[in-house]
Amino acid sequence: MSALFPLVVRGATVRRRGARLIGPVDLTLGGAGLTIVIGPNGAGKTTLLKALHGIERLSEGAVRWACPTPEARRRQAFVFQTPVMLRRSVRDNLAYPLRLRGVSRAEARARAADWAGRIALGEALRRHATVLSGGERQKLALARALIGDPALVFLDEPCASLDGRATRAIEALLREAAAAGTRIIMSTHDMGQARRLATDVLFLLHGQVIEHSEAARFFARAETPEARAFLDGKIVD
Amino acid sequence: MKMKRWITGAFAALLLAAPAMADEMKMAVTTSFENSGLAEVLLPAIRQDTGIEVQLLVVGTGQALKLGAAGDVDAVLVHARKAEEKFIAQGHATHRTEIMYNDFVFIGPASDPAGVVGSQSAADALRAIAAARADFISRGDDSGTDKKEKSLWTAAGMTPEGTWYKPVGAGMGKALNVAAGMGAYIMSDRATWLKFANKGKLKLLYAGDPALFNQYAYLPVNPAKGDYIKADLARELERWLVSDRAKEIINGYRLNGERLFTFNAGQSG
Amino acid sequence: MGDLWQGMVQAVGLLIALDADLVEITLRSLYVTLSALIIAALISFPLAALISIRRFRLRRITIAVLNALMGLPPVVVGLIVYVFLSRAGPLGVLGLLFTPTAMIIAQVILIVPLVASIAHQSLRDLWADYHDLLISMNTTAGQRMRTLIWDGRRALLTAALAGFGRGIGEVGAIMVVGGNIDHATRVLTTAIALETGKGDFALALALGFILISLAIAVNLAIHWLGRTESGRRW
Repeated sequence: MSALFPLVVRGATVRRRGARLIGPVDLTLGGAGLTIVIGPNGAGKTTLLKALHGIERLSEGAVRWACPTPEARRRQAFVFQTPVMLRRSVRDNLAYPLRLRGVSRAEARARAADWAGRIALGEALRRHATVLSGGERQKLALARALIGDPALVFLDEPCASLDGRATRAIEALLREAAAAGTRIIMSTHDMGQARRLATDVLFLLHGQVIEHSEAARFFARAETPEARAFLDGKIVD
Repeated sequence: MKMKRWITGAFAALLLAAPAMADEMKMAVTTSFENSGLAEVLLPAIRQDTGIEVQLLVVGTGQALKLGAAGDVDAVLVHARKAEEKFIAQGHATHRTEIMYNDFVFIGPASDPAGVVGSQSAADALRAIAAARADFISRGDDSGTDKKEKSLWTAAGMTPEGTWYKPVGAGMGKALNVAAGMGAYIMSDRATWLKFANKGKLKLLYAGDPALFNQYAYLPVNPAKGDYIKADLARELERWLVSDRAKEIINGYRLNGERLFTFNAGQSG
Repeated sequence: MGDLWQGMVQAVGLLIALDADLVEITLRSLYVTLSALIIAALISFPLAALISIRRFRLRRITIAVLNALMGLPPVVVGLIVYVFLSRAGPLGVLGLLFTPTAMIIAQVILIVPLVASIAHQSLRDLWADYHDLLISMNTTAGQRMRTLIWDGRRALLTAALAGFGRGIGEVGAIMVVGGNIDHATRVLTTAIALETGKGDFALALALGFILISLAIAVNLAIHWLGRTESGRRW
């Protein structure tokens, strides 16, 4: 298994119905750490993540992984802002990505039970996923993303509608995954969360990467005036 | 979903297992024949004596002959001589065999506004109805009965026209239903009339004119059409239909105490 | 009114006596319509799933045609199938005319547009929900279809129910291609038509009540089967 990274993005642009959502974006990402993408509403954070993952089509430019694209696609996962629950049990939701890959039903269910325990849903294995609370759903979505042992996980504002307790649970899972070597690229609105988790930060404004630097340096003193204004809590446009 | 499959499988097994035993053939017969109820007596006897399971398609004479022409049935039993002869001329059958006859009767409202009771002949009765412009229901479906009715009008020297003359394009039973509903006159075969369960205010007003006799003939479909025509079974059925056993059953058949059919196989040309 | 009462009395009598003819006719009705339903489901469900997940140029037209075909008059379908299956027609060599198989074929043609349309409406909504996730997971078209069909099975059951309703109660198509042959292709609806034509309304009503009870019973049975699953959405 070759590495996915470095990820090289050149001139990536996404246009929809005449409007330019993001681009041109030039970016190089290494294979370690937890990258946080921040920026005001409408900056294009979601579009950028989806474009990198390959589920949003580029109008121009290219996203190049270190290994062939089909292999790269198979080793990534995406957690959406509003978690998508399959209309089945918690256990079958978790087992789903494994079954897609041909893992036997017995083994998939065993690994699902194991993960359910890790996210404190061990008692809820047979419950229909649609009766879970918001926080439980997002935990489930993240576990489902991680169960296939991906090399990279994207998350789009995963804690946007969660309370403190749920947020803490998600962040704990993310730290665990990052410690185990899973590369994470996520967007957030919560500056506290950004400071807590990030190893490096991407600041996005009007669909373009204004600044990309190591987290400690960024939060101590950002380079660009727009980033500084944003960190100060000013409205930037 | 699995349960549904199981149930269907069981039904299929049930229904398919059963009739693989008897020899089957298809025969198209007219609605008036079926309505008489004679089939319910004949078919079991045929099955018992010959082992043949006769599947009846009950349709009008026109469609019966079309089915024979297409080769979709192995034999037909109808009552329209001219059409039968044309059928033979076209090569769809090699011959016709007369089996039995019954008669047609005139039915109408008990109040008899056209004065049909006491007519001297079928032509008389029709003239009376036309003169009175009384509602008259016609089969209008190209069946044997329909052809007979039209030939009677012609013999009476008339072409029926007007809103009082109503072709319904349906079988005998349905046509009688309409007549009962409207209190109209209608020509029916005696058998269907006797068996009809919805007579209402209708009554039998005239019968007996030889012009009203109704000859049934059996025509096996020409085997030259193809191997799929069950010619052997059709031949065997024909032998049975002209036998003494058939004579016994047909002449002995009673409906409401009345004899319906007269066996006359082998008596005419 | 007297006919209605007599009909009910006669119906109860036939049921209690488990009249052999009645049982045979009922089983045949179920055999024909359920077989047609299963075949129609095997065609319609994947079709509905496929149309939901793929965007292709003729998609709108296909959906419009399916919706239009729902309005096919049964007797017209019967006529077309009859012409094909007659010995004088292109498929005559199969010798299928006037057999239960011909009736099943006609009913499949009648049921598929209805089941496919209803199934598509539900699966399309489900796909809108699953779309981002399943694409992100690199699923193949086959995997997507299987997931939609399995997760959407409650709604598909409803579609199947609607198909059953259309099949069990129709008489035009199966009369034409089946011929209403006693002990061979006679079913509840064609038997009712026959008895009505003979003016025997009481017997026709008796058969009618049985048909209605049958439809209700199958409805209830399918709903009960559906509720034995643990999930409760829908």
